[in-house]
Amino acid sequence: MGLVEKFVRKCRARSPWILLFDTGACNACDIEIAACLTPRYDVERFGVLARGSPRHADILIVTGPVTRQARDRLIRIYEQMPEPKYVVAAGTCATSGGVYWGCYNTYPSLDSVIPVHAYVSGCPVKPEAILKAISILVEKIERGEV
Amino acid sequence: MSFEIPIGPQHPIHVEPLMLRLSVEGELIVDVDVDVSYIHRGIEKALEVRPYIQGLYLVERICGICNAAHSLCYCLNVEQLLGKEAPPRAKYLRIVVEELSRIHSHLLWLGHYFHTLGFETLFMYFWRDRERVMDMLELITGNRVTTAYNTIGGVRRDLTPEVEQKLRRTLDYIEERMRYYEKVIDSEPTILARTQGVGILKPSDAVRLGVVGPHLRASGIKHDVRLDDPYSGHDEIPFNVITWDTCDCYARVKVRVKEVHECVNMIRYALDHMPSGDYRLKIPPFFKAPPGESLSRVEAPRGELVHYSISDGSDRPYRYRVRTPTLANLLSVVEMLKSRDGYEVYIADVPAILGGIDPCICCSARVVVADEARRRRTVMTLDDIIRISRDRGVERR
Repeated sequence: MGLVEKFVRKCRARSPWILLFDTGACNACDIEIAACLTPRYDVERFGVLARGSPRHADILIVTGPVTRQARDRLIRIYEQMPEPKYVVAAGTCATSGGVYWGCYNTYPSLDSVIPVHAYVSGCPVKPEAILKAISILVEKIERGEV
Repeated sequence: MSFEIPIGPQHPIHVEPLMLRLSVEGELIVDVDVDVSYIHRGIEKALEVRPYIQGLYLVERICGICNAAHSLCYCLNVEQLLGKEAPPRAKYLRIVVEELSRIHSHLLWLGHYFHTLGFETLFMYFWRDRERVMDMLELITGNRVTTAYNTIGGVRRDLTPEVEQKLRRTLDYIEERMRYYEKVIDSEPTILARTQGVGILKPSDAVRLGVVGPHLRASGIKHDVRLDDPYSGHDEIPFNVITWDTCDCYARVKVRVKEVHECVNMIRYALDHMPSGDYRLKIPPFFKAPPGESLSRVEAPRGELVHYSISDGSDRPYRYRVRTPTLANLLSVVEMLKSRDGYEVYIADVPAILGGIDPCICCSARVVVADEARRRRTVMTLDDIIRISRDRGVERR
């Protein structure tokens, strides 16, 4: 690993900007991720900012089972993100379908649609779990493991 | 010559996938088309293949924010089918959790609303105080958001005196903070400028469109399921129905702020007059419900929630139907967003107006609402709708 690449990775790990996309969640995971941004959990101390546009984001956090209608949109948003990009599957639904397993309009899991780098379990996910997932992902980005 | 602007399904003003197609002439909005189908998961069908007790967990996940209202409505519905009633203590405990989650939902909405208006400080303040309510919910029920507290025949846990003490302290704190926020909302010029006179919905229009909940009460109409059709012990607990008659976004903020005070008082009353005895009926986990149908209504944080079920005598419902408040309120967004004579709506007001109804799209992904009033056809056949939807699919590709 060259010195320049090492420097770039270190910088990248300092400001991972996130984009939240709800592909069919019940809102519980969404409000828990929003709670991460607020004073008690304050994910901003890791340099994390929530962005509105996929073109500004490094990490895509997806909540909920992927519905048939949202699938194409999800893929488009994923393609719009600049490289390198990382995906976090937040919640049991995104990880494995959750309670919606077997519903006619949902895909079994997020990784059957787009590649996923981190899974967070919980229904809904706790803000602490999201913090941990992001900090582990950031460490891995810094070490160049993902 | 109008120009079409799509908003969503992924857009910073709202985390949930909602598609708004605005037709604009200059800065003025002339027509709106709403699509909430991005989040359709097929819950009603899934409920038909699950036993009643498993359906409870699915119903809670129709909406994460109003899960207490959904599970309460489901339990009332199934209890009606079985011909049983929860013990008095369970009813009061249900009210405690229901009103706590109403406080949490209103604080969440207030914070999120000021965030969409660009007032970040107040967003952080509201969500900081909301965490205290979340702690209480976790202490009472065992989980922060999806509480799983209500069950068929009662509630899952009892309230201990230590928890009750902590709850009372939290209520005092919330009440004091809400007084402060009320002062801020009444005096802050930014909020007044962005909300007063924006998104006006006349009482007659509100009734005609079937608007429910705080949104209807902000149009000055006194309607609340807790008062009109009391369920689960609400007839014993006194409270005031808050209304406001300016019919704009400011009224929607005021109604919700004042409702938090009412919720605090209701919880205090329930704690003071808590009946003793069992908190749960003994009902086996798997049971068969007698054939019949039942309908239950609950005042969810966003308005009237209706569950309807048909039983054919087996261990799972034959048909289950959910009618959520946001679906009722979405039609009024179309009405409020359209410029008419003397009433002008600008693109910059969209977040304020859409946010004003407290939209919760995950509840509503049941119907596609299409507004065709400005086009040639007003009544469409099923074939037309299918053709339009296919054409759109082609356009998107």
